[in-house]
Amino acid sequence: MTAHTTESPIAEEPGVIRRFGRMLLADKFAFCAAIFLIVMILLAIVGPSWFGDIAIKQNLRGRNLPPFDWERGWIWWMGADALGRPLLARIIVATQNTLMVAAGAVVISAVVGTVLGLIAGFSSPRVNQVIMRLADVIMSFPSLLIAVIVLYLLGSSILNLMLVLAITRIPVYLRTTRAEVLEIRERMFVQAARVMGASSKRILFRHILPVVFPTLTTLATLDFAYVMLAESALSFLGIGIQPPEITWGLMISQGRQYLTNAWWLSFWPGLAIILTTMSLNLLSNWMRIAFDPVQRWRLEMRGSTNG
Amino acid sequence: MADHLLEVRNLSVEFHTAMGTVKAVDSISYHVDRGETLAILGESGSGKSVSSSAIMNLIDMPPGRISSGEILLDGADLLRMSAEQRRQINGKRIAMIFQDPLSHLNPVYTVGWQIRETLTAHGKSSAEAQTEALRLVTRVGIPDPEHALKKYPHQFSGGQRQRIMIAMALALRPDLLIADEPTTALDVTVQAEVLALLKELQRETGMAVIIITHDLGVVTEIADRVVVMEKGALVESGTVREVYKSPQHPYTRKLIAAAPGKGEMHEPHSKGEPALSVRDVRKAYGGFQALKGISFDLMPGETLAVVGESGSGKSTLARILLRLDEPDGGSALWKGRDLFTLAPAELYKLRRDLQMVFQDPTQSLNPRMTVYQLISEAWVIHPDILPRPKWREKVAELLVQVGLSPDHMKRYPHQFSGGQRQRIAIARALALEPQLIVCDEAVSALDVSIQAQVIALLDRLRKEMGIAFIFIAHDLPVVRDFADHVMVMQKGEVVELGTVREVFEAPQQEYTRALLAASLDPDPDVQAALRAARMEHAS
Amino acid sequence: MLSFIRKRAIASLISLVGLLVLVFFLSRLTGDPASLFLPVEASEEMKAQFRELHGLNDPIMVQFTRYVGDVLTGDLGQSLRKARPALDVVTEAFTWTLWLASITMSLVAGAAIVVGSLAAFRAGGFFDRLSSILSLIGASVPDFWLAIVAIVIFSVQLAWLPTSGTGTLLHWILPICVLFIRPFGIIVQVVRGSMITALSSAYVKTARAKGIRSGPIIFIHALRNAMLPVITVIGDQAASLLNGAVVIETIFGFPGVGKLMIDSILQRDFNVVLAAILVTALAIFLMNLLIDIAYALLDPRIRH
Repeated sequence: MTAHTTESPIAEEPGVIRRFGRMLLADKFAFCAAIFLIVMILLAIVGPSWFGDIAIKQNLRGRNLPPFDWERGWIWWMGADALGRPLLARIIVATQNTLMVAAGAVVISAVVGTVLGLIAGFSSPRVNQVIMRLADVIMSFPSLLIAVIVLYLLGSSILNLMLVLAITRIPVYLRTTRAEVLEIRERMFVQAARVMGASSKRILFRHILPVVFPTLTTLATLDFAYVMLAESALSFLGIGIQPPEITWGLMISQGRQYLTNAWWLSFWPGLAIILTTMSLNLLSNWMRIAFDPVQRWRLEMRGSTNG
Repeated sequence: MADHLLEVRNLSVEFHTAMGTVKAVDSISYHVDRGETLAILGESGSGKSVSSSAIMNLIDMPPGRISSGEILLDGADLLRMSAEQRRQINGKRIAMIFQDPLSHLNPVYTVGWQIRETLTAHGKSSAEAQTEALRLVTRVGIPDPEHALKKYPHQFSGGQRQRIMIAMALALRPDLLIADEPTTALDVTVQAEVLALLKELQRETGMAVIIITHDLGVVTEIADRVVVMEKGALVESGTVREVYKSPQHPYTRKLIAAAPGKGEMHEPHSKGEPALSVRDVRKAYGGFQALKGISFDLMPGETLAVVGESGSGKSTLARILLRLDEPDGGSALWKGRDLFTLAPAELYKLRRDLQMVFQDPTQSLNPRMTVYQLISEAWVIHPDILPRPKWREKVAELLVQVGLSPDHMKRYPHQFSGGQRQRIAIARALALEPQLIVCDEAVSALDVSIQAQVIALLDRLRKEMGIAFIFIAHDLPVVRDFADHVMVMQKGEVVELGTVREVFEAPQQEYTRALLAASLDPDPDVQAALRAARMEHAS
Repeated sequence: MLSFIRKRAIASLISLVGLLVLVFFLSRLTGDPASLFLPVEASEEMKAQFRELHGLNDPIMVQFTRYVGDVLTGDLGQSLRKARPALDVVTEAFTWTLWLASITMSLVAGAAIVVGSLAAFRAGGFFDRLSSILSLIGASVPDFWLAIVAIVIFSVQLAWLPTSGTGTLLHWILPICVLFIRPFGIIVQVVRGSMITALSSAYVKTARAKGIRSGPIIFIHALRNAMLPVITVIGDQAASLLNGAVVIETIFGFPGVGKLMIDSILQRDFNVVLAAILVTALAIFLMNLLIDIAYALLDPRIRH
């Protein structure tokens, strides 16, 4: 048995975590975005318990206090709102609701959409038709309008808001998953598994889902930004989150009437939204390349030249 | 030396990749004269297409870089010209055709538009372009030329598309035509026609031709001189006869030795009961009859080669035998039981006996699984074959058996070369200890030298383990040294079925003879005889 | 080609019918329709009278048949606030939105295709980086926030542009500019990606080997192929422009269908809400049909 081939030697490869870490370092924008998002998530977790009290404590002497007043404590650096509550603290506290609604909606829509997509991709043409038509109905109407109407009919609460936003985003995952399943199902390695006698369950979870997963993760990251903007818009219009709960969108809305004399009331929460959505967009762009074996070299090359 | 039409001198091209800088070609030199055909022969990764991309200014920089050398066209260095000067040479003085005409033609414009564009881009009026386009399409033998000009690329067959590419390339009567694997994606009979057309057109116009190919047969058929490339270096050059008859470089010798169809033919002496008995298999997709009643027997431990061109139904047959597709009718008795009527539970048990090796190992191995996971998946699905503690040992054993090393177990498929991947796929099939392996074009995607190794491996397994094979191929010579019986298929029907000697030495049917005549032999003398036979067919 | 469009039209029509069913049952099944349609302060007698008048006590299927009949004859009920047919109120508002959306979308498509193509042609160059950053920011900024910031700067501080209304051309500038940003950011990125794929394709290599100039290679060979995925995204964005319109119209006091819908919801004028949904859905249905036709015109492989 010395039939060893004279073909090219086999390349060594670093482990997965180190590899992705290196690729993240190679893209400075994505790296900053990841750090920023981690900080935001930490704030969302600890924010309300650490800053909950100071964020609702009214301080009539500090009404519409302008920002950059270095004399006061750091919590006042962004100024204060019409009731003299420090904006920085309020933004930190609002992080939780803002991210939670978006995260909830993304998780629900991603899970439901993926499951429906797998079913549609794997079942009889009739079931497939029904599911796709339902998706078309949802997609054929602007999501914000659906949300407005449903929230009007059902009343608005954090849970309803999450559900409504989730429903409007389900078709995105459904269509992607279904299209990918239909394509991957015909790939040779799935056929090979069938020839070996693999069950549908094994083919689905061992062969198809791992291939679809990176695409879905990229999509969910992008969608997180989209859902956050939608929630902000709804809260801004007054049919989303209701006071005394706060989100960034609601804070912009509350600051709107003081625009001419206290611009910072609306400016800071807007900036928070922009930075977060931008980080999500950047990270999703990075994922698109990092998860794609064909494009990955772009990041790895940059990583190696940077040292 | 300055009177060559084109001369490449000491050309080096590098590419910057994740693995660092790679020299795609390293200081190569060759030349071609008017009226002459030069073949650049090499396997994948040899850099055989790089110099032509440099001639056509098609190398993307970065990541590419031409680090040294000159390319002289009638004594003037192309590499020192402005982009505009080179644009004027492209299409007018040097033209190019490619391997896959479907993707190389723009899908959203008519072929007439695309041919006319070549002419108008170099200063012809649109009226001139129209008449010229019609003449060209007629010349390359497209039926109903007026109408054809208004059609889109996807409405033609593969061979017709390559003819259209040729018409487009020859529109301005270039001095040099570069053909990059022009017939690789085509059926053998179509390949012979396209090569003949190229030769005719060369005689008419007196142009020089550079043909880039991996196929020694193509070289012998069309070229006057040949240069052989290996890993970016030019290892041998000379006339085709010189190189074939007395190769100097070991690599060239290896390539020539690897060409199929020179060994001893098998002499099957079948007796006893067939292992697989297929009767009257039929399958239609919509109105298209893919299989029109196929019947054959396969003895245990024997190899049946199924040969046919695209559309012959050979792959459909494979899929149906393995129940990847359901047949419309017919039966397939495996040890007395009809494969087509088995219930899922019984089918699951029988899967062990029948395995398949697919055409392209890049696609048939899940890219996210290690070699160990890929091979041991067989035992996850069929847990009664082997207890888990023995898996590692058995995987190692199988890897050695197919000519790989046990420490390859933790690697992923993309870390291997094409031939190594196909070995992994074979090891995976062996894991179930099957009695029949269906190989669907299992060596077609591999380089010639690797093809020979993989076929030798399969033949050894057949001898040692008594496995029967159904070996599907589009090319007759490949199966000559390996098959016991050969079945020739055309348009869903069996044209001819016999022992390998019967089919190769005394073919009964016209189609089999045409197939045999169309396949290109690397030996210049044999090829001359084949060419004569083809002429006879044509007349 | 006709059969392709017919097939697509039927598919979209099914969606439209689905929406109709959904809207009807949502309005009937979530509690008491009478309290949806009537003002909050309405008395029990008024509600009973209302139920009697509109047959709300009939079996649900009877109501549904009647509703479908009404919709087919163009009778969408009266606006309670304006005392006019709901359909008239909606079509009037919809015309404004249609103008706003189509002007914005034409500008977006034109600008995004030019910018995206140029960025793709010199991928990694200065212009590409600049447009990447700008389109990223564009796709990340909440439109309502941008709207109020724009009002503070251009209307309040600089006093160049009016804050609300539709009287003069100047009134249109701010709403269009604000609506422009997000779809522009998204479409530029799609055009760029699609163009990079097209420019590295085999047929572009052929065109270069034929000696075609860069201009025609980008704008004739690559662009038409690259437009195929872009067309789909333009369609999606045009539909979701209505999302933006809801917010923008409310902020700028623009009398379009978005503002009408929000106002009607807040004022509980439910017939108008239903009519607005149907008209919008119909418009989106027609637009999808246009997109499909454009797609088939661009790609002969679909036509045949």
